[in-house]
Amino acid sequence: MSIPDPAERIAAFRAAQRLAYDCAEAIAADLRPGMTEREAATRMKTWAADHGVREWFHEPFAWFGDRTAFRGAIGIRALRGFNPAFFPGGRRLEEGMAFILDCAPVVGRAVADIGYSGALGHNPVVEQLMDDLIEHRNLIPREIAAGRSMAEVSRAVDALCRRQGVEPRHKAYPYTVLAHRVEVLPGEASRFSLARFGLRAVRELRRQVAEGRDKGWSPLWNSTEASDHPPVPGLWAVEPHLGFRDTGAKFEELLLIGDDGGARWLDDDLPHVRRFETRRSQKKAA
Amino acid sequence: MSTPFEVETGEVTLSGHVAGPEKAPVVLLIHGYPDDSTVWDGVVADLAADHRVITYDVRGAGASTAPAGQRGYHLGRLMADLAAVIEAQVPDGARVHLVGHDWGSIQGWQALVDSRTRHRIASYTSVSGPSLDLAFGAMSERLRARKLAALPPMLGQMLRSWYIFAFHVPAFAPLVWRAGAAHLWPRLLRRTDGIEVAPRAGQLADALRGINLYRANFREKALAPRPATIEQPVQLLVPRNDPFVSPAVFDDLATRVPHLVREDIESGHWLPLKDPALLAARVRRFVAHVDGGRDCGALVHGRRLAARKTAGAGPLAGRLALVTGAGSGIGRATAIALAGKGADIVATDIDKAAAERTATLARLVGVEAHARVVDVSDAGAMAALADWTDDVLGGIDILVNNAGIGMAGDFLDTRIEDWRRVLDVNLWGVIHGARLFGARMAARQSGGHIVNVASAAAFMPARGLSAYAATKSAVLTMTTCLRAELADQGIGVSAICPGIIDTGITDRTTFVGASAETQDRKRAAASRLYARRALTAEAVADQILAAILKNEPVALVGLEAVIGNLLGRVSPALMRRLAGADLMPK
Repeated sequence: MSIPDPAERIAAFRAAQRLAYDCAEAIAADLRPGMTEREAATRMKTWAADHGVREWFHEPFAWFGDRTAFRGAIGIRALRGFNPAFFPGGRRLEEGMAFILDCAPVVGRAVADIGYSGALGHNPVVEQLMDDLIEHRNLIPREIAAGRSMAEVSRAVDALCRRQGVEPRHKAYPYTVLAHRVEVLPGEASRFSLARFGLRAVRELRRQVAEGRDKGWSPLWNSTEASDHPPVPGLWAVEPHLGFRDTGAKFEELLLIGDDGGARWLDDDLPHVRRFETRRSQKKAA
Repeated sequence: MSTPFEVETGEVTLSGHVAGPEKAPVVLLIHGYPDDSTVWDGVVADLAADHRVITYDVRGAGASTAPAGQRGYHLGRLMADLAAVIEAQVPDGARVHLVGHDWGSIQGWQALVDSRTRHRIASYTSVSGPSLDLAFGAMSERLRARKLAALPPMLGQMLRSWYIFAFHVPAFAPLVWRAGAAHLWPRLLRRTDGIEVAPRAGQLADALRGINLYRANFREKALAPRPATIEQPVQLLVPRNDPFVSPAVFDDLATRVPHLVREDIESGHWLPLKDPALLAARVRRFVAHVDGGRDCGALVHGRRLAARKTAGAGPLAGRLALVTGAGSGIGRATAIALAGKGADIVATDIDKAAAERTATLARLVGVEAHARVVDVSDAGAMAALADWTDDVLGGIDILVNNAGIGMAGDFLDTRIEDWRRVLDVNLWGVIHGARLFGARMAARQSGGHIVNVASAAAFMPARGLSAYAATKSAVLTMTTCLRAELADQGIGVSAICPGIIDTGITDRTTFVGASAETQDRKRAAASRLYARRALTAEAVADQILAAILKNEPVALVGLEAVIGNLLGRVSPALMRRLAGADLMPK
């Protein structure tokens, strides 16, 4: 079911991820006060369509203001976290407000799933959370290389959150996932979607869940016993989401776990990584 | 030894006294209504040791003569009187440090902007009397901005000011005074403020004439306030329990009064009578600050309070809260919650990085925050911390004795050093904090609050928890005693008894009599249990906030704490049987 050449496969996923981040960056640059979540999500969809995207793993999400922290209605975890409050709504953007853009286009047979956080103007809490996220980005491959089980890595993320004094808000995602498995999609593209989730991608995820159940691992990576297994080689869309009071920030990008048990991020040339490098060199200069 | 003087203004004859060394800094005291200058006697006796102190009877009061009509009590005339007294008694155009109480304080504010007096005033200490221009100016500004949220505090002040409206009703107030209020005045003050004053022959006459102060000035200032920027340094002493002036009148002044310090004092309206020594000490300190540039922690504290007391800044704005064990769990959550209500934060912990992180988070909430490393069981380190807060921050208002450690295991397995450690941190840590900071709060007389974090284990005996539960029982009982002792000093004391809270304490709990390996296993098992309970540190922090704001004696957090408390009362026997159940992780 895979693109035969591994190098080609990796390149395809990296290209898909770049496209998704380009989309989020372009729309983020265009955000203005008064714009609603729905408008931002629609703009992302249009931009992606203009750049050749015909299918989605999930259609774009946008969260503004305190909705970035996944508190209140959006944080309700009944129904395993499938919560209509996730969907982009009528919240309007204001100066200084935090926002998160999240989209998962399918490019060819490769899936990207990204999260882009920021604020309209200056928001010191978002800045702090973006700095904190980089610690998580460094932690995850390190823990995997140290031979931890996937659940232990997820718990290490929880522990780091505790030290940082922030809440691991990804616990509000379906199945409290820190990450989920990403595969090359089989078969033909499908234009149909179910509650903003692409039919082909959902079908593939279900197949993986079944396969994982047989082989003793889970494509839904979280802190529960279900993830108490050695790292499973392949691509994982990792999405730590941190919250402090009524502000949240996340990134989401692909982590490549190798057959040797090592792990590396698929791409280091991403907005949140570049932002941190700039900040670090500024701090050094100062 | 005071010398009487008289000043002829052409309209009235003002009678006053001057005391103290001639070369010393000059302090001028203006009394309020319905007093005369004898209200200052206690303050003068103290201040005159090292200051030249001038007092006089305002026109229409005491030994001064009265003007003919109501118009004679207009602030403009009162300013002419003040200018004349300064001119006559203070040679060479030297400047005076002004102090005003009640109506004298209203006059003082006016003197800071009046062209006849403002250049003669070096500093101003205001007690229980607002600037009419600034107060009415703020009110009309808020009304213009149509901020509905601004209305409730305004209405509160208006309710407290009922007497001002009553004074405008023809014949009403004079009737009350004549009917016996003047006669009963000493008894009234004893009842309301616990103050002993001798009956005064002129009381009724002063009270009747002084009604004109209100009638001649309030309408004009209310309809056309003229707020201006005050250039002189001002010290606000705000009595917390003033039935006539709401402390909120003094909020939001910092923009108009750039050199402002504020202190809220546990007192009623008559501070000059209630505590002349305190008032004299504050004036002395402020004069030294303005004349000699001497600064101190209390003034730092006062500037902070003045700057932070703005509309909508949260009920704890300008207060300084110190939280021990603030690097994690309940301590960190409490520090953040306090910051959310406007309090500045001192976060202490034995882990420097953790304390600093909490301070960073508190700053993100929008307050000032400091991180200090301290082991609460170290008496010397705690004393040094208390001194540091005094010197650098001017003392703290809220103390949360939160730092604690977990310990579990059978009594007979608990070694002497285990006992020492858990007693040192959980009990002695609280004792050190409460002793050191409680004494400072009492001495400062501006109230405060002490929160001691105990535990549901304090009243829920269980095997395997003898050491931990003993420390927490001690904390709970000590807290209740301390509350009784500090109540009349305006210092609240609360105990918090959380049940099973997922804070990370179980990751560090010492399981006595266990090998390193079983220790880890037991910690993990306990942590899983605590995580399943899923009651968060934030929930405890919310209860701590409520306990502070409502001065609650005890807060039980979690259903298990509430049930345990109830059970212990209803059936101690059942409680004892439950204590026998072995719930310790294996």
